[in-house]
Amino acid sequence: MYRYDEFDAQFVKQRVAQFRDQTERRLSGELTEEQFRPLRLMNGLYLQLHAYMLRVAIPYGTLSSKQLRKLARIADKYDKGYGHFTTRQNIQYNWPKLKDIPDLLDELADVEMHAIQTSGNCIRNVTSDQWAGVAVDEIEDPRGYAELMRQWSTIHPEFCYLPRKFKIAITGAPNDRAAVAFHDIGIKMKKNEADEIGFEILVGGGMGRTPVVGVTIKDWLPKKELLSYIEAIMRVYNMYGRRDNKYKARIKILVMALGIEEFRNQVEAEYDKIESPEVILPGEEIGRITSYFAPPEYQKLADTDIAYEEKRKADKAFASWIATNIAKHRVPGYAIANISLKPIGGIPGDATSEQMYAIADLAERYSFSEIRVTHEQNLVLPYVAKQDLYALWQGLVKHDLATDNLSLVSDIICCPGLDYCALATARSIPVSQNISERFADIERQKDVGELKIKISGCINACGHHHAGNIGILGLDKKGEEFYQITLGGSADDNASIGEIIGPGFSSDTVVDAVEQIIEIYRDIRQHKKETFLETYRRVGPEPFKEALYATD
Amino acid sequence: MAKITKGAPKALSANRLKDGIVVFLTKGKSWSEDIQDVAIAKTPEEEQALLDTGASFAAINDIVDPYLFDVEQNGSEIKAAHIREHMRTKGPSVRKDLGKQAGT
Repeated sequence: MYRYDEFDAQFVKQRVAQFRDQTERRLSGELTEEQFRPLRLMNGLYLQLHAYMLRVAIPYGTLSSKQLRKLARIADKYDKGYGHFTTRQNIQYNWPKLKDIPDLLDELADVEMHAIQTSGNCIRNVTSDQWAGVAVDEIEDPRGYAELMRQWSTIHPEFCYLPRKFKIAITGAPNDRAAVAFHDIGIKMKKNEADEIGFEILVGGGMGRTPVVGVTIKDWLPKKELLSYIEAIMRVYNMYGRRDNKYKARIKILVMALGIEEFRNQVEAEYDKIESPEVILPGEEIGRITSYFAPPEYQKLADTDIAYEEKRKADKAFASWIATNIAKHRVPGYAIANISLKPIGGIPGDATSEQMYAIADLAERYSFSEIRVTHEQNLVLPYVAKQDLYALWQGLVKHDLATDNLSLVSDIICCPGLDYCALATARSIPVSQNISERFADIERQKDVGELKIKISGCINACGHHHAGNIGILGLDKKGEEFYQITLGGSADDNASIGEIIGPGFSSDTVVDAVEQIIEIYRDIRQHKKETFLETYRRVGPEPFKEALYATD
Repeated sequence: MAKITKGAPKALSANRLKDGIVVFLTKGKSWSEDIQDVAIAKTPEEEQALLDTGASFAAINDIVDPYLFDVEQNGSEIKAAHIREHMRTKGPSVRKDLGKQAGT
C-alpha cells in the first residue's frame, strides 16, 4: 500500500489546521454560511437531510486494517456507530457535528486519510478495480497510476475550480470492474501491437440526468505520457466546459457538442503545447510509486488445499459462500474473498463499527492487513490463503458478514435516497430492502444467476441505475414516491445504458414489477447460463413490456 | 426542499449550525426539534414574518438555510405535508433507532 511521505503527512495536517481555523471562525460568526459553504465542501462536509454528512476519501478503494479500525472508531466517537460505503469506494458518516469535524479530520490524518476531493468541482477521488494486483485477468496493477493521479490532482491549482466535478477511474484488466466507461475519464491498461503496456483513454462518460457511455479518445497511450495527456484533456474542458448551466457543465456535454473528432483534435493541439511530455512523468517516479504496491510476501502453497476442500464438502453453507463470494486469485493457493455488505433486508453499503473492527481483525489475520472497497458497495479481502478461508468465513458469519449473494439479485447498488439525502426525490433503500426480502431464498437467487439491480433516489444517479441490468429511479410524482424502471444497462466492459421500459410504478407495486421481470427472464432464457443481460440483449424489451403492461 | 403550495399552512425549518440537526421555529420564536411546537403561518404576511425571524437567527449564526414547508393539522397533531419534510421531522425511515423518531 502507498505510505505517506513527509510532504503528504505535512500537507494533510496543515489542511486540517486550516479547516479547524475556518470552522472556529464559522462557529464564532466571523464567516457567514455563504463564505463557509465552499470551504466545508472542499473538505467533504455536506449538509444533508437530517444533519451534516462527512464523506471520507478511500483512494482507489484501498484500506489497511489500521485505517479501517480508525473508521470504526470515528463511527463510534463522532457518529452513530456505523458508516456507509459509497458507489465511489468512499465512506460517509451521516451524523457528525460541525464542531467535532476538525478533531475527526485530525484523527483521520493520523492514519493517512482525509476528506479532500470528495466534494466540489475538482478532480474527485480516483477509483479503480477492487481486485487490482490479484485478478487473474489483469494486465498490470493500476494502483500505482491511480496514486500518481491522486498526487497530481490533489489541490492542483489549475483544476480546483472546474466547470463541474470530475471523476476518473482506472482498470488494469480487460474485464471492467470499475465502470470506467461511466467516468469523465476512464482508463484501461492495454497492450499495443508491439506488446507494450499502455493506456486506452475514454472520455465523456457519465450518469446523472444525461447518461453517456464514454468514447475512446486515445486508443493507446504510453505510460509516461499519462499525466500530460490527461492534463491536455482537463485544459480543453476547463477552457470550454459550460459554466452557465450546471446541468450542462460536465465534460460529456462538451464532448457531445463538439463531437469526439473535434474534441480529440483540440486535446491533441493542447497536448502539443505541453513541452516534453515525458518529463512530466519520469520513469523513476513511476517506479517509486508503483513499488508501494509490490505484492505481499505470499507463502509458496499448492493450489489445492485438502483441508479446505474437505470443509467445502462437509459444510453446505460454507460451500455456498465459496461458490458466490470467492474469486480466483493470480497466486496459487490464494483466493480473493468478497464480503457482501448486502445482508437480506439490510441497507446496502452500511457497516457497523463492530463489523468494521471485525473485518480489520480478519484482514490482519488472513489478508496481510489489507481491505478493498468496491463501487458496488461491498468489501474485499484480496490475499486470503485457501487454507484460511474456512476460519475467515466463520469469523464473518459471527458478524453477519457472510451473505452469499455476490452479483445476485440482492447484491443491489443503492444510494442513500430520501432517507438521508437532501437532493433525493424518493426513497431508494426501502425498495432495495423489499426486493432483497422478496428474494430472500438464496437458492432462488442462484437460479436467477448474475443480475445487477441498481437503484437511485433521484436523477443524479448516485445509485448507478442507468447501468443496472434492472435500474430503478425514484421520482416525486405530485408528492408521491414513484419508480421508473430501466432494463439492459451495464457497467462492464460492454457498457450500455438501460432503456425505460414504460410508465413507472408506485412504491407498493415496484417490487412486484421487478419480480415479474425476473420471472419473465427465467421463462425465456435459452438455458440456465444465459444471464439476464444476455437474454435482454437477445430479445429486447418487448417480452417484458408485454408482461408488465398487458391489458386484458 | 419540497415544493410549497400557495395558500397551504406553512412552518419554518432550518438546520442548527453547530451540529446540523433539523429544527423548527416555534411560536415563542425559538427553535425546537419537535414539529409539534411549530408556529404556523396561514397568510402571506405570516409566512414573511416566519422567514424574517428565520433570517434574523441565520444572521446571528444559530441556524442555517431556513425555509418554509407545507404542514397539515389533524386535530392537535401537526404533520409535514410532503414526504421529504416528513422525513426531516422523524429521521430515516429505514433506521427507526435514529433521528427524532428514536426520542434520544
